[in-house]
Amino acid sequence: MNYTARPVVVVVGNGMVGHRFCAKLKTSGLFRIVLFGEEVHPAYDRVHLSEFFNGKSAADLSLPMTGWFEDEEIVLYLGDPVREIDREQKLVHSYKGASIHYDILVLATGSSAFVPDISGIEKEGVFVYRTIEDLEKIRAYAPRVISGAVMGGGLLGLEAAKALLDLGIPQTHVVEFATRLMPRQIDSAGSHMLESSLKKLGLELHLNKSTLAIEGKDKVEALQFADETRLPVDMLVISAGIRPRDELARLAGLQVGTRGGIVVNDRLQTSDKNIYAIGECALFQGMIYGLVAPGYEMADVVVNNLSGGNKAFPGFDMSTKLKLIGQDVASFGDPFATEPDCRTIVFEDRHKGIYKRINISTDGKYLLGGVLIGDTTAYNILLQTVNNRLVLPPDPEDLILGSRGGASETAGVMGLPDEALICSCESVTKAAICQTVTEKDATSFEAMKKCTRAGTGCGGCVPLVKDLITATLKANGQYVRNVICEHFSHSRQELFDLVRLHNIRTYDDALAKWGKGDGCEVCKPVIASILASCWNEIIVKQATIQDSNDRYLANIQKGGSYSVVPRIPGGEITPDRLIVLGKVAKKYKLYTKITGGQRIDLFGAHVGDLPAIWEELIDAGFESGHAYGKALRTVKSCVGSTWCRFGLHDSVSFAIEIEHRYRGIRAPHKLKGGVSGCIRECAEAQSKDFGIIATEKGWNLYVCGNGGSKPQHAQLLAVDIDKATCVKYLDRFLMFYIRTADALTRTATWLNKMEGGMSYLKNVIVNDSLGMGETWEEEMQSLVDGYTCEWKEVVDNPELRKRFVHFVNAPRKKDPELDFDSLRSQVKAKEW
Amino acid sequence: MQTLTQPDTKNPTQNLKWQLACHVDDIPKDGGACVLVDGEQIAIFHFGRRGEWFATQNRCPHKQQMALSRGMTGSTGETCEPKVACPFHKKTFSLVTGECLSGDDYRIRTYPVKVKGDKVYVSISSQ
Repeated sequence: MNYTARPVVVVVGNGMVGHRFCAKLKTSGLFRIVLFGEEVHPAYDRVHLSEFFNGKSAADLSLPMTGWFEDEEIVLYLGDPVREIDREQKLVHSYKGASIHYDILVLATGSSAFVPDISGIEKEGVFVYRTIEDLEKIRAYAPRVISGAVMGGGLLGLEAAKALLDLGIPQTHVVEFATRLMPRQIDSAGSHMLESSLKKLGLELHLNKSTLAIEGKDKVEALQFADETRLPVDMLVISAGIRPRDELARLAGLQVGTRGGIVVNDRLQTSDKNIYAIGECALFQGMIYGLVAPGYEMADVVVNNLSGGNKAFPGFDMSTKLKLIGQDVASFGDPFATEPDCRTIVFEDRHKGIYKRINISTDGKYLLGGVLIGDTTAYNILLQTVNNRLVLPPDPEDLILGSRGGASETAGVMGLPDEALICSCESVTKAAICQTVTEKDATSFEAMKKCTRAGTGCGGCVPLVKDLITATLKANGQYVRNVICEHFSHSRQELFDLVRLHNIRTYDDALAKWGKGDGCEVCKPVIASILASCWNEIIVKQATIQDSNDRYLANIQKGGSYSVVPRIPGGEITPDRLIVLGKVAKKYKLYTKITGGQRIDLFGAHVGDLPAIWEELIDAGFESGHAYGKALRTVKSCVGSTWCRFGLHDSVSFAIEIEHRYRGIRAPHKLKGGVSGCIRECAEAQSKDFGIIATEKGWNLYVCGNGGSKPQHAQLLAVDIDKATCVKYLDRFLMFYIRTADALTRTATWLNKMEGGMSYLKNVIVNDSLGMGETWEEEMQSLVDGYTCEWKEVVDNPELRKRFVHFVNAPRKKDPELDFDSLRSQVKAKEW
Repeated sequence: MQTLTQPDTKNPTQNLKWQLACHVDDIPKDGGACVLVDGEQIAIFHFGRRGEWFATQNRCPHKQQMALSRGMTGSTGETCEPKVACPFHKKTFSLVTGECLSGDDYRIRTYPVKVKGDKVYVSISSQ
């Protein structure tokens, strides 16, 4: 259609919903779009607003507008809110004086924070939590705050409390008018579980508190409650709900609700049929929808109808899942249904802080809704079960307890009907995902994202999308195995065996023999690691196939500087060596910090300084600590029987011996060990990939523990063994792991995926059930004998040293962009 | 009205101003390195197996880090489109179009590069 002849759609409000509306309407190609936004920022992702305090910038959160302004399809007025609607003339007037004619007007003005009328609300130190500007103000004020309170214990309030914790405010309080947290989303048992978990995290909760006044001279100093108690605070963030922005609609004489909100019908039309309202400003059947997914649905309905469709807004499921301060919380369907209208199944584990409740219909056939606290892994499938009215299995408790009969979860996803909405942000159905796998060969999540945009919004459906891809592949009879990437259709274990069998020594040979294309950032480091594990040749000889950190034998940090970690076996270090570390750090202006693995990390080294730094360290007797590699990091030790009055054996000497034995060996992932001199376990050995604990009669050996994001205790492999046996079992264990684990799989995950689990592993290692014991011991011994310090090789080799420069055509020049701030009299990387 | 992409109306091969960047053996085979040309940080990549060279900006648009030259190179898809992965967060970029292949709306600048003898030249200015 001739562009100028197209009808004009004016959109007021450039929030997530307004943005979504424009993006969808643009693809119809039927309209000219004019968009007015109040804020100066382009539209941004409010759902992830609290990540602003986790280091995300406004730019990271902004929503894409690629191609919007080509062909002038969308005209954008930022920082220029609409002042008046002239319904007679069909004109909008902006503050800066623009007057634009509309054929269709869409109000997506959103909402503002509801600020209760309390005396003292105007004082300094009182904030709302709504926009990036609000967050910037909070951040600027936070450094002088000792005690901060959030008013409101609902969804947004707890998110604001998380923001205060992230800002490092020492005491964070939540003040809630109701007798419990999140009263609109979860039931009271769930609230109580959430409350006890949040208290453990240091959050102070004040429930059933009605705030009468905000006290203080100019600044907030305390909150005065109706029950005559008082809470001293120096900052208050108000998050007591939202208020629809309906002032423009009011002024134009459109019908609004008594408590605010622009009244709309199921076409999202206001009382003027040429004016629509969508998102949080719209009042549909007496309800304001304060989540983004229903807003998106409203936008889609209007786009559909303007493009000739006939769609009604059906109301929207207010199910929600979120991560609150490290605590997973979800509610779906009708969480509050009670007997006798339904039957309820409840699972509660106070020890782990888990509470799950499902409400099922009285005939036991359908799931009505529920609440999940502490563990929300079942959320997606439960939500699908409600939304699609799937008939429940005979034992519906399996839904929250996990099946004890061995049925896999992916069988569940294929049971969903084709029209099941998997990604509600982007409206992608199960059928669309399965078809994309089959017809477009999108067999990875990345490919799926590109084809369908599924999972690009809130990200909540990502596990479900991945399960559907795998299940569809299986259903199509395609062999599903962990091939490492598009260039090699082999698993890591297969490649390991092939490399060894064919005596392959370089990546290029492996690619020529079994691969295709030019490789990538996935297969290169995997094969580099296999080559290193098999042949133990110095990795910098094939520098460009190594992962970023292995290529420069150092850990890249914010800003592009590197950190340096010399090995300090068992955490034992002489005063002389400590002095050397101090001198080197001073000379090269490095930030120093003690690591969790009992060593010292030196940060902020220029890439060009690395060889000189290491030359000085090596001269003083240090060697590489392999902190950059998928290799043994440290063997942590307690002080043991040499000093400790409880110590049974010399844990430090044993830790040093073990660390020397396995240093430098490349593995599928990093490895950490620990040795404790008695059952008090001061070395925390049971959180390591292998842990050794002294007993009266010898040593106990534990394996496959893990700290990190999913902590897991190591499990007992052998009891009361002597040192030699301990080393023998460790040799076998580590070689078994190195040979068979998938890339980037820690020992804990490797064990979790192993059929037969710990009893199988024990059989292989201790009883030598595979007959591989001797081979593995020999292989390990040859790795141990072949060890050299790779940094020493670089320092001594001028050709290798030459690579440590920022500009190859100006080797002495440092990266001019690399710059540091200072903090507590040391350097610190500049924020990005 | 603002235009985000500018149509390239100029003939891509004529009137290029070539500048010496480095020597062939300064760039590791099947990898990259950074050169300083006219105060600009340029990443140069050598695909030894294919005998091809590419040049891009060194700055990764994701976190504004001068790091692309230190990234791992590779290819993707049926056409073996050459790419580089930033060492910071593994965002990958096409070395031909500069498009971000990880599904983000970033784009990096790519520059013509040629090799004569043992010298590598790039053309970074637009005239």
